[in-house]
Amino acid sequence: MPLTEQTDKSPQTRQSERKQSFQTVSLEEVDRLYDRSDVGDIDFDRDISTPGDFPYTRGIHATGYRGKLWTMRQFAGFGTPEETNERFKYLMKEGQTGLSVAYDLPALMGYDADSLLSEGEVGKCGVAVSSLADMEALFDGIPLEMVTVSQTINAPASVFLAMYLVVAEKQRADWKKISGTLQNDILKEYIAQKEWIYPIRSAMKLVIDTFEFCTEHVPRYNPISVSGYHIREAGATALQELAFTLRDGIEYVDWGMRAGLDLERFVPRISFFFNAHNDFFEEIAKYRAARRIWARTMRERFGSSDERTMKLRFHTQTAGVSLTVQQPLNNIVRVAIQALAGVLGGTQSLHTDAYDEALALPTDRAALIALRTQQIIAEETGVANTVDPLGGSYFVEALTNKMEQGALDYFERIDAMGGMVEAVEKGFPQREIQESAYQYQKSLERGDQTIVGVNKFEMKDELQEIPILVIDESVRHQQVERLERVRSERDGGAVSRTLDVLRLAAQRGENTMPATIDAVREYATLGEICSALRDVYGVYEEPAI
Amino acid sequence: MNQTSRKIRVLVAKPGLDGHDRGAKVIARALRDAGMEVIYTGLRQTPEMIAAAALQEDVDAVGVSILSGAHNTLCPRIVSLLREEGLNDTLVVLGGIVPKEDIPKLKEQGVAEVFLPGTSTQDIADFIRNNVKPRD
Repeated sequence: MPLTEQTDKSPQTRQSERKQSFQTVSLEEVDRLYDRSDVGDIDFDRDISTPGDFPYTRGIHATGYRGKLWTMRQFAGFGTPEETNERFKYLMKEGQTGLSVAYDLPALMGYDADSLLSEGEVGKCGVAVSSLADMEALFDGIPLEMVTVSQTINAPASVFLAMYLVVAEKQRADWKKISGTLQNDILKEYIAQKEWIYPIRSAMKLVIDTFEFCTEHVPRYNPISVSGYHIREAGATALQELAFTLRDGIEYVDWGMRAGLDLERFVPRISFFFNAHNDFFEEIAKYRAARRIWARTMRERFGSSDERTMKLRFHTQTAGVSLTVQQPLNNIVRVAIQALAGVLGGTQSLHTDAYDEALALPTDRAALIALRTQQIIAEETGVANTVDPLGGSYFVEALTNKMEQGALDYFERIDAMGGMVEAVEKGFPQREIQESAYQYQKSLERGDQTIVGVNKFEMKDELQEIPILVIDESVRHQQVERLERVRSERDGGAVSRTLDVLRLAAQRGENTMPATIDAVREYATLGEICSALRDVYGVYEEPAI
Repeated sequence: MNQTSRKIRVLVAKPGLDGHDRGAKVIARALRDAGMEVIYTGLRQTPEMIAAAALQEDVDAVGVSILSGAHNTLCPRIVSLLREEGLNDTLVVLGGIVPKEDIPKLKEQGVAEVFLPGTSTQDIADFIRNNVKPRD
């Protein structure tokens, strides 16, 4: 193979190296060695500082994990609410410290279990929930004042917040004391995951309604988790994940301020959510850069002087897309290493994927090993004993800088388009991600990137078949039965009246949360509430990209 | 295939409620790069819409992408609707997250091949090229 021009700073040639070029999983070039010259631009106090201090590169807490470990929050949900309730209790008994609900596709799209469109999908990708009755079963025996719950729900998020609050109310929990997180990040749905209902600007209005409502009535609740996870899963590079997520964060701040909300009251409750992919150091640099960029953005772009607005708090989930069907037990190792990157990057909470998730939703056994992986990292490896142990590494600091610079370049381009809503309408982030996904696939097929068990070290006969969780159509029958019971027992007149009030609130541009909560209290179903809002807002049509 | 013959036409279809279209879009582009004409349906198409599009676009093959576990409900319906439209030769292939146990039944119901995660786009293109019914 001919050697290319030497660009390496080392006097040695590359003849002795395994490859002509070394790239991260995001196809970014990595040099042989990083040294003082790579961190020459860095001013220690200005750029790195100490943990707990601006710009929080090294973490938002002075004590790191010595004060409090990250929250072990396993994303779970399948079948009926009763089955998921049982899984929640099992995970809590085994030492999990927070809950995270996965809803099924009909729920994510705002359809009831008995909708024609829900056929074949009920309880498959998450737990089936169509009304308050399901939500009551889901949290039966789980005190919402004591446990924090994260809900992965976006287009119909305001309805699920309402259901959660009414369940809390029925448990006599104080809204001022309950905490938890609503994913509620609609921008990344248009960008990447594509579970949308309404046109983008109406959907943004609903998000801002939840900000305003929570600031007043549920002050310890995080009404949004601005998510890079799904952007990455859709094929973005680490840099694109970072840049689009933080720019989405800026967009929510802009919209909140335009709606007259007080920045220093709502911004501290904006949380973030990142992916933990295979490339160890690239991921760690991404998290460190995220904190620094957010802190500087809040200070410089928004002129905030309140440090609570500047401290970026985030959840991490290991990369579902990196899991392989082939030799599935290898996934345990991938997840452990990805989780370690999240921890060394200073995550506030963590989900570790189960090894069987390229095949189906996890079995009890697979979910338990995923949780144990976190416990082993926390209790056995010693990495939680000191704060930001990689701070000051030439490589990690240089990568952190490069990530920050790259993200700021993307910010400029998106600002020039008028903002993230406008950029999404133009299809810009969607196209960038699509291109990266395709380039990665090509690189994989050329063999430039390796996936063990898939394009290297393949085996014809798998060593071990693993048991997988099967969800059959009986879930749909049970859910439809409960829905019929709910519809026959509730006060139909009250349901129509509350839905009319909701339509009116939406038409007038008032905050829709109070009317949504009233409708939920009367057992209006998810499908009915979303359909009332569809009457007013219409539905989103994706432009061809 | 000689120079003047018609390009293979493929409908890439994404039925069901799931919005994860990374796979569908990567495949669509890879098949285009492999010299085929590709029509992508967009998200959330019902089996009826997919069959109608296949008829209207006069495609040789339909590539269905499903990750949600709804394949046992959706795929047989797509195949039977295609046959009802008189599209007896249209090749139907499925890609996505499909338990191995489901594959024999899907094949019995008329799915020509099921591509699991990790399949190269080249293999998929080759399969389509070798299995579509030749036309003039």
